[in-house]
Amino acid sequence: MRDVENAFGQPQRVVVLAGSSDIARAITKKLCAARVHTVVLTGRDQQLLEGASTEALAFGASHVETVIFDARDPANAERTVTTSFEKAGGSVDLVVLAVGMLGDQERFQDDPDLAAEMATVNFTWPVAALARVRSLLVAQGSGRILVISSVAGVRVRRAKYLYGGAKAGLDRLCVGLADSLEGTGVSMHIVRPGHVRSRMTIGEKEPPFATGVDDVANDVMRGLADRSPIIWSPPILRYVFFVLRHLPSPLWRAVTDSMGR
Amino acid sequence: MSRVTLRGWGRTTPGVATVRHASNESEITATLESSRALIARGLGRSYGDAAQVSGGTVLVSDISDVGPVDGEGVLEVGAGASLDQLLTQCIPQGWFLPVTPGTRQVTIGGAIAADVHGKNHHVDGSFARHVLEMRIVTPRGPATISPDLDGELFWATMGGMGLTGVVSSVTLKMLKIETDQVLVDTQRFANLDEVMSEMTSGDENFRYSVAWVDCMTRGANMGRAVLTRGDHARASDVSPASLRAPTPARLTVPFDAPSGLLNRFTVGAFNEAWFRSSPRRQLAKPESIASFFHPLDGIRNWNRLYGRRGFVQYQFCVPEGSSDAVRRAIEHLSSAGVASFLAVLKRFGPANPGPLSFPMPGWTLALDLPVGPASLPQILDDLDEMVASAGGRIYLAKDARLSPEKLRAMYPQLDAFLQVKNRVDPEHQLTSDLARRLDLVGA
Repeated sequence: MRDVENAFGQPQRVVVLAGSSDIARAITKKLCAARVHTVVLTGRDQQLLEGASTEALAFGASHVETVIFDARDPANAERTVTTSFEKAGGSVDLVVLAVGMLGDQERFQDDPDLAAEMATVNFTWPVAALARVRSLLVAQGSGRILVISSVAGVRVRRAKYLYGGAKAGLDRLCVGLADSLEGTGVSMHIVRPGHVRSRMTIGEKEPPFATGVDDVANDVMRGLADRSPIIWSPPILRYVFFVLRHLPSPLWRAVTDSMGR
Repeated sequence: MSRVTLRGWGRTTPGVATVRHASNESEITATLESSRALIARGLGRSYGDAAQVSGGTVLVSDISDVGPVDGEGVLEVGAGASLDQLLTQCIPQGWFLPVTPGTRQVTIGGAIAADVHGKNHHVDGSFARHVLEMRIVTPRGPATISPDLDGELFWATMGGMGLTGVVSSVTLKMLKIETDQVLVDTQRFANLDEVMSEMTSGDENFRYSVAWVDCMTRGANMGRAVLTRGDHARASDVSPASLRAPTPARLTVPFDAPSGLLNRFTVGAFNEAWFRSSPRRQLAKPESIASFFHPLDGIRNWNRLYGRRGFVQYQFCVPEGSSDAVRRAIEHLSSAGVASFLAVLKRFGPANPGPLSFPMPGWTLALDLPVGPASLPQILDDLDEMVASAGGRIYLAKDARLSPEKLRAMYPQLDAFLQVKNRVDPEHQLTSDLARRLDLVGA
């Protein structure tokens, strides 16, 4: 039998796809401190997952499971999701999808294989996983999906177009997916963080409105309680990007180039 | 049969389920036999996730006949009937419900599942005390139960949130009334201590008593309150001594208000206006049954005022010796600046043997809180802690956010309940989103 999230959007059973990423860990900690007792963490590196598991237990989870997968191969997405749901006890209140890689744009952009890998990890694998998550949650009649998108996909800039383009695809797809869930009891949250200080962005030049993983996690908790379909982090980026989206291209290039390579 | 999204009255936790109707016991039995997960639902007035089961079957009973009242006030009524239906038929004959909650828009089945209480709990106990016997369909089959006939199942069903079976009909003992009026004494108090001391010393002289407390004032005026107490008017008290059925709501909230409409400023202003417009002291004023007992029934869909995000109701009780917990709860809320509409404070009389029945001798406080402030989840978790350590508990019919660990601390007879549930429902077919959240499904 499954458990159910409460009035404040605090779940009890959670599956985290890419559970060892810094953002995912920060969110998992907050969820465990609230109501989560069972959490399934998935990822590529067993050692990193062990660390995340220890953390989840320390923050109040009573049961943690791990599942290993590699996001470079979409063929394993169905198995990964199905196994995670089984390990969660058959049903799930919240699925967090935090799969993604920033990549090295300059090295990847002229290499067809690496460029394709960026699309696979940031777009194709998540799409395959979401297909399975959708069918399991709809059958359940309740639950939520939280997808970590990025402002990089709101308007794609030249310095990060492989990452931003794939995130743009995922983000737009999720908007449609969210609408398709109307009336099923399942709902969707798209998180659009700005530049987040984490392992993924070490060495990157910091643009304005950079934020930390704990701030993103706080914004996520707030968004879950408020049922916000789109969670911007920090919230002001909603307005910043409203302006940036409408800048003429030359100006957009000048602005973004000045913000970071 | 259709798949629909269901929510509680607080509109916080949606779940999609298949809804089936049943108009007799064999249809209830058939539906139970074909369902893996089932809960009965009445008019959807429980605030949280008690009357829904995501991915399962929600059974709506259409058994709603109201039988004739005999000379002793005894009648048989279908569990699908609403209190409104019952009162519409009974008041003109001079009979009233012995216990009524703040709305007539609940079913008899719902009143049993929540073991509802009213303004007279300190004198007349909760709904259970006035139920002589009932028919229930469990996965083990239909049965007649009463305090003497499988008393264990009878008491587990009282306040059992529908998890022991589907009640089909109920035999009730009604209260004789001479008029449709209540004589009400109203008194204003500057703070919580004053009103609590008056209730402690004076409530026993009144059948009905309730205080409305302002939880947003601080300092010397913390918990200022208006106390209303009364009893049914006799035929000689009022003229004309009419016995009219209550009239339907005239006002309705046609759409969702913007979330945030009810915030600390608007609610604070409302509380202020309400306090100042109440009489300082007024004695034996005749008031209609509808306006005294069911003020919220005057506006249809009032829950839409809280907007898309909805609201939670937090109602707890603490034993007599822990009345300080009431003060600390109000202090905690008022210092956090959380918007809360008038809270309802009342004294409870003796408890009944129901292992999940809410009332216990002491105090109860009920608060409506809009979802929104980021601090609210933690504040309520703090209150849970305080209530549990004071030996109190929170009311499951209102709950949408308690944790299973706290439930166990608050309801020491939980295992007795689960034992009965396992006996009548060995396959754990009777379940709800609340039961799953609070680990009440059975094992």
